[in-house]
Amino acid sequence: MRSSVITFPGSNCDRDMDVALKKFGFNNKMVWHDESELPKSDLVVLPGGFSYGDYLRCGSMASKSKIMQSVINFAKSGGLVMGICNGFQILVETGLVPGVLLRNKYLEFICKNVFVKLDNKENTYFKNLNKDILEFHIAHNEGNYFCTKDQLKEIEDNNQIAIYYCNKEGKIEDQHNPNGSIKNIAGIFNKEKNVLGMMPHPERMIDQSLSGEDGSIFFKNLINNIK
Amino acid sequence: MKVSAIITLKKDVLDPQGKVIHQALDGMGFENISEVRQGKYFEIDVNENDPNKAKAVVEDMCKKLLANLVIENFKIIETQ
Repeated sequence: MRSSVITFPGSNCDRDMDVALKKFGFNNKMVWHDESELPKSDLVVLPGGFSYGDYLRCGSMASKSKIMQSVINFAKSGGLVMGICNGFQILVETGLVPGVLLRNKYLEFICKNVFVKLDNKENTYFKNLNKDILEFHIAHNEGNYFCTKDQLKEIEDNNQIAIYYCNKEGKIEDQHNPNGSIKNIAGIFNKEKNVLGMMPHPERMIDQSLSGEDGSIFFKNLINNIK
Repeated sequence: MKVSAIITLKKDVLDPQGKVIHQALDGMGFENISEVRQGKYFEIDVNENDPNKAKAVVEDMCKKLLANLVIENFKIIETQ
């Protein structure tokens, strides 16, 4: 299975993602933002970081970079595109997934482990996953998911909410919402479910001794679903 | 000619930075304030003499990059 990780100026989780994808069997290529063609890929990942120093709005400059037109075309033709953290911010700026990511409610940079609950397994990312609650890591300043009322209705009607912030038992409540996101939303699909944007970092949870292995579960399942 | 654009958050979008600034102003003794909203200001020098054309270019910029219309409004002002 072939994957591509796009590196923008200021990306800093691109190499972690490369390690994670290779560990679970992807033949991964790193792609510089200034390229115009994507290599042949079964999965494209927009990694976390601070592309363009978060200037203007997080992800806004990266969303206009040269490679993104190929990524947008790839997504529109049904290709799998996953944006993690800053990658999620880039995705919302392209319009591939609805909504925006605002400053965290209490204006703090949040760096901690969280639990997320999957809402929808009828997609390539979560199909056949044997867990509904996963422990991932978040590290962001702008992860406060916001959308208009009309967008929220559309998102809910189309089952586009991918994951919610929750507690260990899977309870989705206000006190388990780290950043003020509407409805505890931590990740969103596009309508067709081939594009996934999420704030948590599965690539940081792939080592038993360092972090726990819920990221391993996610990546192993993902590559099996793509095969 | 110089054209300016002011980007502000839409009314129903939470502005935590504006809120904190409001609290700080309040603490400094500026008590007669009901709300503070923070925005962005751009001054763009367009190589164009026709003010309407220059404003149209900046409007296009606002729609495509400078503002995110899900959460922000923009206003264009001709400055020179």
